[in-house]
Amino acid sequence: MVAVEKLVQTYRAFAANGASGAPAWLRELRDGAIARFDALGFPTTKQEAWRFTSVAAITETEFTLAHPASRIPHLDVIKPFLLGDGPRLVFVNGFLARSLSTPLLDGVRLDGLAQTLVDAPDLVHRHLGKYAAFADRPFAALNTAFVHDGAFVHVPARTVFEQPIQLLFLAVPTGTPLVCHPRNLIVVEREARASVVETYVALDEGVYWTNAVTEVVAGDGARVDCYRVQRESDRAFHVAVTDVHQGRDSIANVHAVSFGAALARHDLRGTLAGPGGYLILNGLYALTGDQHADHHTAIDHAAPHCESHEYFNGVLDDRSRGVFNGRIIVRPGAQKTDSKQTNNNLLLSRDAHADSQPQLEIYADDVKCTHGSTVGPLDPKALFYLESRGIGEVEARRLMTYGFASEILNRMDIAPLREQLDKIVRARLAE
Amino acid sequence: MLEIKGLRVSVAGTEILRGIDLSVRTGEVHAIRGPNGSGKSTLAQVLAGHPAYTVTAGSATYDGKDLLALKPEERAREGVFLAFQYPVEIRGITNSYFLRSAVNAVRKHRGQEELDPMDFLQVLEAKLKAIGWDDTLMNRPVNEGFSGGEKKRNEILQLAVLEPRLALLDETDSGLDIDALKTVANAVNKLRAPDRSFVIVTHYQRLLNFITPDVVHVLADGRIVKSGGPELAHELEAKGYDWLRTGAMVS
Repeated sequence: MVAVEKLVQTYRAFAANGASGAPAWLRELRDGAIARFDALGFPTTKQEAWRFTSVAAITETEFTLAHPASRIPHLDVIKPFLLGDGPRLVFVNGFLARSLSTPLLDGVRLDGLAQTLVDAPDLVHRHLGKYAAFADRPFAALNTAFVHDGAFVHVPARTVFEQPIQLLFLAVPTGTPLVCHPRNLIVVEREARASVVETYVALDEGVYWTNAVTEVVAGDGARVDCYRVQRESDRAFHVAVTDVHQGRDSIANVHAVSFGAALARHDLRGTLAGPGGYLILNGLYALTGDQHADHHTAIDHAAPHCESHEYFNGVLDDRSRGVFNGRIIVRPGAQKTDSKQTNNNLLLSRDAHADSQPQLEIYADDVKCTHGSTVGPLDPKALFYLESRGIGEVEARRLMTYGFASEILNRMDIAPLREQLDKIVRARLAE
Repeated sequence: MLEIKGLRVSVAGTEILRGIDLSVRTGEVHAIRGPNGSGKSTLAQVLAGHPAYTVTAGSATYDGKDLLALKPEERAREGVFLAFQYPVEIRGITNSYFLRSAVNAVRKHRGQEELDPMDFLQVLEAKLKAIGWDDTLMNRPVNEGFSGGEKKRNEILQLAVLEPRLALLDETDSGLDIDALKTVANAVNKLRAPDRSFVIVTHYQRLLNFITPDVVHVLADGRIVKSGGPELAHELEAKGYDWLRTGAMVS
């Protein structure tokens, strides 16, 4: 509990100091959130949702709350992570680096959350904290308590914004382990359209902790494409919550790729709140060494006539461990729900491990829900098939593993991003 | 081209092939027929190098080389091709990517330059044209969601592109309706060549109504019990297999 007390103390200093100028509603939100975190404490493996994932390594590390970095990396350093010339926000240790960013203020608003709280507080107030509930989620509570900076994206009604918007979160080493709590709010109003790429990368193999929350709202008839790429340092901790809230007849394509961090946990929830909604969750985790990644997804069919498709593939090598929990909730009255879930895990080593748990909670009778999960090594029949065509064993294994990952990457619409990720997968296979 | 002598093969301790002798000359088409469980598919798979089977005795020589000493991929690079009875799905890999990888593995083995995607596309188009097919299967993941007919067509397409010298067809007609059967048989006929031999394993006569073999063998209980010309196939169609099986027991 020492860790919890320390964080509460840090919060008091934060609330009294830098955050004291915030509007009353925000101060209330933060105070409520830290109180909730204090009550919940860190999760333990005795709790169902954390059965396979211990956060002891986080509680045992002493983290300092990140502050705006004194040195901002040069543009050349971040170029390899950028996807062309589209608008972007770049964050260094959780704070907006304005000199590397290209905010938009006309029509579509793309800016740091801290700045938007000053410029358009009412717009933020309307949405912030409305979707990422923290009553039973300690890390979301902690993020909400320390809410300060992050990305704010607002696409007004009937605006079609074609270029992908990139949100790049850089971890820059400072000597001591830092914690940052990026908070992102992406609002795509009715009949509007946008795609957003949220990338977490490290410029150094340091120990730090990212505790992120992203709230996404798709208004009635809107379409939002969200891409999330986690490439943290192999020694880092990454805990994240993504909540996608969808209106009537909206489309959300949500992609999540996890390559980095010693310990990663991503809670991804999509809520189909209006009839006719369509949701895709498409995820890949590719782990090596002693990496541990836990994806807890939930699709909440709260309205009738919605469709959801979920595809998560795990590629697990060495002693890594992948956890997948896929919850599908069909609320009473959500008739004609069509929901499909698959989770396939490829074990490339004897010491790799995967846990896959579907969790269906269906309270309506006229629905179609299917799920399937697999855990296992490369299929020997497929291996022989490739060998019988002249492809050697090493290359055949590589090809099959690549295909397993590509299956997920091929569903992504942004070609430069797909190529970037494809390159990472290929580089890993060449090792 | 292929010389099999006294071949005995077991799987999981059970003997399936109990002394096979077979000689296939360059350019010949041999059909191997026999009842279910006679060992026809085992023979085809052993020749391709399937790891589940153990050769306990005998030999198989291909172009003077000890075929059984080669790994499956080495056999393929040397020109042996097996059209699978149950083609396998390779998820996430398109047919064209897969085929190019296979073609390049063979080319590399022969000391030829590997083909880039554009060059390969040209080769592929020429092959498709030669057998009269379109490229609808090429950009789909290998065998994933393919119908039975599409899977078998895909095997023959691979045969066309990889240009083997010895093609083994394992129950290629199973699961095909009459139109698909004709399509596949026509393509095989177009791929017959003086320097290419075929061994066609099939339970039924129907594929052989379209592909006329030079030699027909009957396999029963792990042995070749009778060999003859195309007329033997028709005799089998009329009389079934039982008369031969009884004969085998007696001898």
